[in-house]
Amino acid sequence: MMKKFIAKAYIWLLLALLYAPLLFIAVFSFTESRVLGNWTGFSVKLYQNLFLAKMQGSATLLSALENTLLIAVIAAMLSTMLGTVAAIGIFNLKGRKRQTMNLLNSIPMVNPDIITGVSLFLLFVFLHISQGYVTVILAHVTFCTPYVVLSVMPRLSQMNPNIYEAAMDLGATPFQALVKVMVPMLRPGMVSGFMLSFTMSLDDFVVTFFTRGTIGLDTLSTYIYTDARKGGLTPELRPLMTLIFLIILILLVIINVRQAKTQKKKV
Amino acid sequence: MENYIIDIQHLSKSFGDKKVLRDINIKVRKGEFVTLLGPSGCGKTTILRLIAGFLAPNEGTILLDGKDIGNLPPYQRPLNTVFQRYALFPHLDVYDNIAFGLKLKNVPQKDIDAKVRKVLRLVNMEDYEERDVDSLSGGQQQRVAIARALVNKPKVLLLDEPLAALDLKMRKDMQIELKEMHEKLGITFVYVTHDQEEALTLSDTIVVLNEGKIQQVGTPTDIYNEPVNSFVADFIGDSNILDGTMLCDRKVKFIDEEFDCVDEGFGENTPVEVVVRPEDVNIKKDKSKAQFFGTVTSCTFKGVYYQLFINTDKGYELMVQDYHKFEVGDRVGMQITPENIQVMHKERTCNSFKAVVVDSNHLEMLGGVFECCKTDIEPGTKVRAEVDFDKIDLMDHQDEGSAAGQVHSIIYKGNHYHLTILTDKRKHIFVNTNDVWDKRDLVGIRIEPKDIKIVEVNED
Amino acid sequence: MKIKRSSWSLPYFIFLLLFVALPLVLIAVYALQDSSGRFTLDNISRFFSDADALSTFALSLEVAIENTLICLALGYPAAWILANRKYNSSAVTIILFILPMWINALMRTLATAELFNMLGVTLGKGTLLFGMAYDYLPFMVYPIYNILKKIDPSYAEAAEDLGATPLKVFLKVTLPLSAPGIISGVMMVFMPTVSTFAISEFLTNSKIKLFGTIIQENINSSMWNYGAALSLIMLVIIGITTLFDNKSSSAAQEGVI
Repeated sequence: MMKKFIAKAYIWLLLALLYAPLLFIAVFSFTESRVLGNWTGFSVKLYQNLFLAKMQGSATLLSALENTLLIAVIAAMLSTMLGTVAAIGIFNLKGRKRQTMNLLNSIPMVNPDIITGVSLFLLFVFLHISQGYVTVILAHVTFCTPYVVLSVMPRLSQMNPNIYEAAMDLGATPFQALVKVMVPMLRPGMVSGFMLSFTMSLDDFVVTFFTRGTIGLDTLSTYIYTDARKGGLTPELRPLMTLIFLIILILLVIINVRQAKTQKKKV
Repeated sequence: MENYIIDIQHLSKSFGDKKVLRDINIKVRKGEFVTLLGPSGCGKTTILRLIAGFLAPNEGTILLDGKDIGNLPPYQRPLNTVFQRYALFPHLDVYDNIAFGLKLKNVPQKDIDAKVRKVLRLVNMEDYEERDVDSLSGGQQQRVAIARALVNKPKVLLLDEPLAALDLKMRKDMQIELKEMHEKLGITFVYVTHDQEEALTLSDTIVVLNEGKIQQVGTPTDIYNEPVNSFVADFIGDSNILDGTMLCDRKVKFIDEEFDCVDEGFGENTPVEVVVRPEDVNIKKDKSKAQFFGTVTSCTFKGVYYQLFINTDKGYELMVQDYHKFEVGDRVGMQITPENIQVMHKERTCNSFKAVVVDSNHLEMLGGVFECCKTDIEPGTKVRAEVDFDKIDLMDHQDEGSAAGQVHSIIYKGNHYHLTILTDKRKHIFVNTNDVWDKRDLVGIRIEPKDIKIVEVNED
Repeated sequence: MKIKRSSWSLPYFIFLLLFVALPLVLIAVYALQDSSGRFTLDNISRFFSDADALSTFALSLEVAIENTLICLALGYPAAWILANRKYNSSAVTIILFILPMWINALMRTLATAELFNMLGVTLGKGTLLFGMAYDYLPFMVYPIYNILKKIDPSYAEAAEDLGATPLKVFLKVTLPLSAPGIISGVMMVFMPTVSTFAISEFLTNSKIKLFGTIIQENINSSMWNYGAALSLIMLVIIGITTLFDNKSSSAAQEGVI
């Protein structure tokens, strides 16, 4: 009983520490003060500003948000397609070739962000590719795809190896076999690969920083970085972060409730 | 008084509100090979886990050498377990797996070496010390698991379906080796299996379990030759289970024929169940010595004998084993020796349900509302309703009936099937039917109003 | 024409060569060139003769190792408790632990720094370590939790059956079997912390410079060759230990997915 209490207390203490900064932002999103931590009375002005796009440089903040989401969606989609096809290919490779592919695939995952960023920066410089949207997306696909491959691979090994042949035997072309049989069976792996890619792309700062070029392309991360370096954060970031946190929280709760329900049904 | 190494008294265990064991009593003699046998979900593994200490009983005591071990954690119990899927430590090699228990007891390294080598020889796995356990075949892993338990010289070795994951040939070989090991070491074995053949081959004593209750305890021959109820008869070996009537002592009637038997004390004209093993139905060349006649409907070669299905002239189907081949359509005369007729008490003669009166012609029972004949009992009164086995109709779809259930078990009784239906509210219903159902079929339950007899009015 | 399915890996193979292998080679190429493209070892030797750069490098390693150890010390017990059915029966708690991973890391870091400011704590190495532990704790907890959850409970039972006390069960069975999760967690924390730049700037008010910052400053001020040389040095140090240790990288992957 005592042990259980200590264990629970430890978990909740860690969680409290972990969430303190987030709560801090949330609380101070309801005051007007420009400086974080300075309470000047309750107000929803920052929220109004955010929604009516009335603050200073609001255009850049909102476009940074838009860029972040757009890049994340495109990068995650490309990674999912490339990674799924690659996983099927790698799964059918044998011996040394397979080992090589697995090794190559694991490099972007174990590389520190800064190495990925610098190396891709040098690549684009070397190939004289002007940096911007495209290079950022390519860079994100580079570090996302390995995770898609890893998410799809276990699905492939669970799959009956004859399923593809069975589809062809029944008259499907290889492309039809892929779309009508393989993709539905691999879908859970593809979905989790997509989600992983999407969140990693959203969260990335370092790689974007090195590959965005000088055309003034900003994602949320780079926006915050530049903003903070200038001294003083745009106060409207506070309500934005609070809202993002709430949306994620709600999504996770919904997913979990649904999972719990389907599990109960099974029982 | 005999000296028992394990003495289990009044053991019960529930998971949540589901009772998995009810009042279990088992006594195991030193050096005995005891097998807990039953279908999956009968509670046999739970008993083993209670003995090992991975579970705590709700009620009852477990004595080891006369001492209550109920409060000892597993690591202080002088028992060792061979787990179902071996549970060999994947991060240790064969040697370290086997030495695991010895090292914990701080046995000197020299002795560990000697003991590990000795036990590896016992399980025919010499020279495998350095091997990674993942590189071993199923059978080899099995041997290492046994060695890992035996090296600690446990007072009792607990084996949880140890051969279930092996293929048939390997299983047979391991059975022989286990039996030899048991004889050589003199350690008490408590063995859990759902394989009746394995139980008959290996055991000194078999404990047959079903739905958390002990059905029968006895030697393999006892259990095979004198099953106490239709469950045991059906579960162990092939058998013809038939409804019959005990006419008087030493005289029983079944398949519409009268037979001499050796059983006494059932009373006169008592309904009973009769078990006749297929090999005990003798086909008589000399038709004058036959007691009854029938026609062969199928004959399949089974290696040593032929398995026949014979329709008797009175309309019952019997399973018969014979060393001779017969053609379909052959007319044969048969005889059964009195000693080979096993007569059992009938556990029940009709269904009896708890019910509540809803209104003048409806009863609530089995989780549904049933129409019944007009009654003047006050609504809300608790009553008991009786329904004959053959008066219950099973529907293909659950919603076609007044209550819903699932086919739980099926026994063929020569000219009809005796089914046990488990309702959604976990009540048992027994049904006689000529229709063919499969286990786990979902059914709707319907009863004609005139077939529901309200027999007893509970005043409280 | 019949296309072999193994050839489906070809596009990705080309992609990997172009966007992973070639860029890494380019780091080496640029590191061994001067600004006009001639071969030189100057960039490398410059680093080894630059006392500031060397001490920054040492400090970066130290901070990364310390942060990893702090996360491990705090995270392993948390993961163990969360994976233990006796103490935690709901999946919600583990979700609470990984939820902050979805919030922008820079934003979280800034908030942490501001929180320190408000509490009157001077920013420095202490706040750096504390703040980074905040940021990276979830990355340690999650893979360890994943592995612990996957361990078949019959291993612990078998150990107990063979006479191991709960403490021994943990030391001799649970801990070694959770090693892949530990490796994965350590890599997921160590890699970003050793190379971070923005986070250290925020948490110390730019008082403490880490190796990542120097690389970034050089690249941004167009000193590509020296920046590449610094990257190469980091790559070599880290790469040797992880990239070619196939075992640990596959173990790490197991923990993540």
